[in-house]
Amino acid sequence: MILDKKHALQRKLFREFAENEFTKELQDELEATGEFNWDIHNKMAKYGFMGTKIPAEYGGQGGDYLSYAIMDEELARQDLCLAIYANTSNSLGGGPLMIAGSEEQKQQYLPPVARGEKILVFGLTEPGAGSDAGGTTTTAIPDGDDYIINGRKCFISGAPVADWIIIFAKTDLTKKGSRGISMFIVDMKLPGVSLGAHEKKMGIKGYPTCDVVFEDVRVGKECLIGPLHKGFQYAMKTLDGGRLGVAAMAVGLGQACIDEAVKYSKERKQFGRPIADFQGVSFMIADMEAEIEAARQLVYHAAVLKDAGDPEAGLACSKAKYFAAEAANRAAYKAVQIHGGYGYIQEYKVERLYRDARILSIFEGTSQIQQVVIANGLLK
Amino acid sequence: MSYNSADIAAFKNVWVFCEQRQGKMMPTTFELISEGRKLADELGVELCGILLGDDVDGIANELGGYGADKVYVYNSPLLKNYTTDGYTKVIAEAVEEFKPEIMLFGASNIGRDLAPRCAARLHTGLCADCTHLDVDLEGYKEFLRSGSSLDIENMKWESPLFDVNTNLKMTRPAFGGHLMATIVCPRFRPAMATVRPGVMQKRPFDEAAAKAVEILHPEFSLTEADIETEVVEIVKAAKKMVDLIGADFIVSVGRGIAKDVEGGIKIAEELAEELGGVVGSSRAVVDAGWISADHQVGQTGKTVHPKVYIALGISGAIQHKAGMQDSECIIAVNKNDAAPIFEIADYGIVGDLFKVGPLLLDSIRAAKAGK
Amino acid sequence: MKIIVTVKQVPDTSGKVAVNADGTLDRASMQTIINPDDLNAVEAALTLKDEYGYKVVAFTMGPAPAEGMLRELMAMGVDETVLVSARQFGGSDTYATSQILAAAIDTYGFEEGDIIMAGRQAIDGDTAQVGPQIAEKLHLPQVTYAGEIKKDGNVLTVKRMLEDGYMTVKVKTPCMITCIKELNTPRYMTVAGTVKCWDMPLTVMDFDALKDHELIDATTIGLKGSPTNIYKSFTPPQKGVGMMLEGCGKETTDKLVGILTDKHII
Repeated sequence: MILDKKHALQRKLFREFAENEFTKELQDELEATGEFNWDIHNKMAKYGFMGTKIPAEYGGQGGDYLSYAIMDEELARQDLCLAIYANTSNSLGGGPLMIAGSEEQKQQYLPPVARGEKILVFGLTEPGAGSDAGGTTTTAIPDGDDYIINGRKCFISGAPVADWIIIFAKTDLTKKGSRGISMFIVDMKLPGVSLGAHEKKMGIKGYPTCDVVFEDVRVGKECLIGPLHKGFQYAMKTLDGGRLGVAAMAVGLGQACIDEAVKYSKERKQFGRPIADFQGVSFMIADMEAEIEAARQLVYHAAVLKDAGDPEAGLACSKAKYFAAEAANRAAYKAVQIHGGYGYIQEYKVERLYRDARILSIFEGTSQIQQVVIANGLLK
Repeated sequence: MSYNSADIAAFKNVWVFCEQRQGKMMPTTFELISEGRKLADELGVELCGILLGDDVDGIANELGGYGADKVYVYNSPLLKNYTTDGYTKVIAEAVEEFKPEIMLFGASNIGRDLAPRCAARLHTGLCADCTHLDVDLEGYKEFLRSGSSLDIENMKWESPLFDVNTNLKMTRPAFGGHLMATIVCPRFRPAMATVRPGVMQKRPFDEAAAKAVEILHPEFSLTEADIETEVVEIVKAAKKMVDLIGADFIVSVGRGIAKDVEGGIKIAEELAEELGGVVGSSRAVVDAGWISADHQVGQTGKTVHPKVYIALGISGAIQHKAGMQDSECIIAVNKNDAAPIFEIADYGIVGDLFKVGPLLLDSIRAAKAGK
Repeated sequence: MKIIVTVKQVPDTSGKVAVNADGTLDRASMQTIINPDDLNAVEAALTLKDEYGYKVVAFTMGPAPAEGMLRELMAMGVDETVLVSARQFGGSDTYATSQILAAAIDTYGFEEGDIIMAGRQAIDGDTAQVGPQIAEKLHLPQVTYAGEIKKDGNVLTVKRMLEDGYMTVKVKTPCMITCIKELNTPRYMTVAGTVKCWDMPLTVMDFDALKDHELIDATTIGLKGSPTNIYKSFTPPQKGVGMMLEGCGKETTDKLVGILTDKHII
């Protein structure tokens, strides 16, 4: 796909920003401390990254899904954690409000999120409800005009720094599975909201993740987003957009693997010549390039379908996410292999890319869930 | 009679703008006077300095020692400190009065402020930051024989537009040093050039000529109303300036010091101290904030030609080479045997600067001790 | 109140530079970028805009594709852009270029209190002449090599950098300031800027738009009107291959120092 002038200019912006600002020192610091870096968050916010896909009337920048995909790709090419910084507000955070929020809710919550002043995160997963999101056991029981929320959400990215969380809770206990679930926005400072311990993760160590626990948390009915008992379908719609973002990040990370492999294979000499001269190495690089380019085209195609409101867009996002995440993992494997022993030590970037890549085929719907979605599209 | 810059026959003699700061002559001025002497001899004309300042007669004679026949001195309290307006007015009016055919300025931050302004006012051409000047065509060909890959014998030299034997040929690098261009100013006078500091060779000082130089004080008018800017203060850099241009020995560091910046710079400092030289750097080191910009050698930094240039961990990007390739002896130490710096090095060692640097220091110390 | 910034699109000489067999630059094969010092001028203008509400207008002289650069500047926060472009302007040296740009700025309208900002120099020609020459043609005071700019009413106080320090210069607006990279760090575009810049004002000034201006005369613009001409161009010689020393231990450094002392180099 040939990018139009607007998206080509956006690519230049995101690429220049990430190349200049996501320094090795910053990446190492995030990796070592796991702490949220407000300076880089604020800088990204200043240039509008938190609101890339949010419409201008809600304080956003007025970009589209393709802008968003290009941003996630270019940022992840330098650092996956920092891509997630800019991703959340545009996808899982802002997404449910965009899809189902009332005008009042959009006006209240979106502008500060788009400007990066407030952080909004997404809470769907529970200890017993991962791929089977219908297994939600968190409850929101009506009490007068309010709801009383009880339950536990786990693996919540960004929870330690969040101001608000979108959660899914059972409001009709008589309904089974995905029915009878509603969507709420909850202020993280309310009495009864608490955080679990920071998870110690294999990769994306720089992005803080933990459980969020709700104990008799009272929220008003104005916190209900979308119609009562119909929250699950909105969760799924939000995840479509989120999958596009993850797929784009996978393309970026895969590209980083190519960048590192190309650079190293030209520098590293064995048997008196650069290892790039050996077909065992150069063919691996050719595979990486072909697969990541294919993934990129799937991502852009899915983004264009989303922007056009095409009914096939959701399926296209799943295909892109499945293929790109797996391709990124294959690319990371090869990049480490090309680096040999040096790829196994932390001094070289591919060591981290290899670990970071692993989350791409897990979060926002595992590869297997994407396969289910894709197969269902054909077989139903 | 009105002044007409296109009346070429009316112009004669070579002029050099003699830049002084706080009553002290800038060293580049002597390089320019020396080069101007060569051009004046090729044309068979006089070489004149033009010196502006406040009570600066005392530094005019020295110009004669490097080849000036005459010095036009313009003294005024209003000329004590450089101002674009004041200096442009006096120089432009002097040019209109005396009509030199060539005028040279040092390509300093002041020369490059002043010369374009004068050229625009006088309606003539200006060539920036020249590194080589010729009037004589044979001399120019000789320069190209060693300084270019052109096929000198089979080229066309004549031009229907101007006399190639008497017009000043001004050569300068362009496009970051990737290309050299020779510029002419055939239809207007004076042909003006700013000349890169440190490039032209200074002639030996001639005591007798210094005494014999003719000092002139032409009349001129300058009032406060002519000067639209106000110089509030002049501050000399507090720290010792790095005199890269005058140094005989330069030890430069590049990106190769990344793994231990302080250690890498210390190695360079020790070597420089042992040799009696100074520390230089590539642009990458300055951009990374590891060393101050006054150390920078290269297209956007200083042009140097020391006796010995030691490049530690410098890959040799073309921008860097542009500033140091005329060093008399280049020694390169780099881990990467394919680094472009080795293409211009007289001596190359493939190795880690953190190992080779200290060993080199030891060897130099041992050699000195053995003498 | 407005600030006019003059900018130039240049080949990226920090990347791969290709030279044709005849010694000219193979521009087609090179990336183009906004001249780096010009971005410092743009940033200086936008900083003053943020604080004092100036309108910022960028001017460039060049071929039609320079529009891309102008859109980029508007995505950074420049309000309006002018592309000065005509066949008759091609081949201009610094004298002719400044003549044309001065005419364009004057035609656009330049008033009391306005400021012109330019980068110190462009990386293709490295002349640093166009800024001062525009100032001369418009009879404006100039301060070049600005390393710091402060505004107080209609007076700018500029730290003008010298090789051995700096001078502090006061100048009244209207004036010309040329900017160096130490002045600031240029900002990026904003995402919203990349969306909006395509609908922002870009005026093209061609030969007809400027031909009646007093500074525009066939004898002072373009290749024919330029006082300077290129006589020859060539690539600098590659220095001959030197001596690569074996090894990297003490015996190697001893050998090197031995050669240098034998040759009386040290």
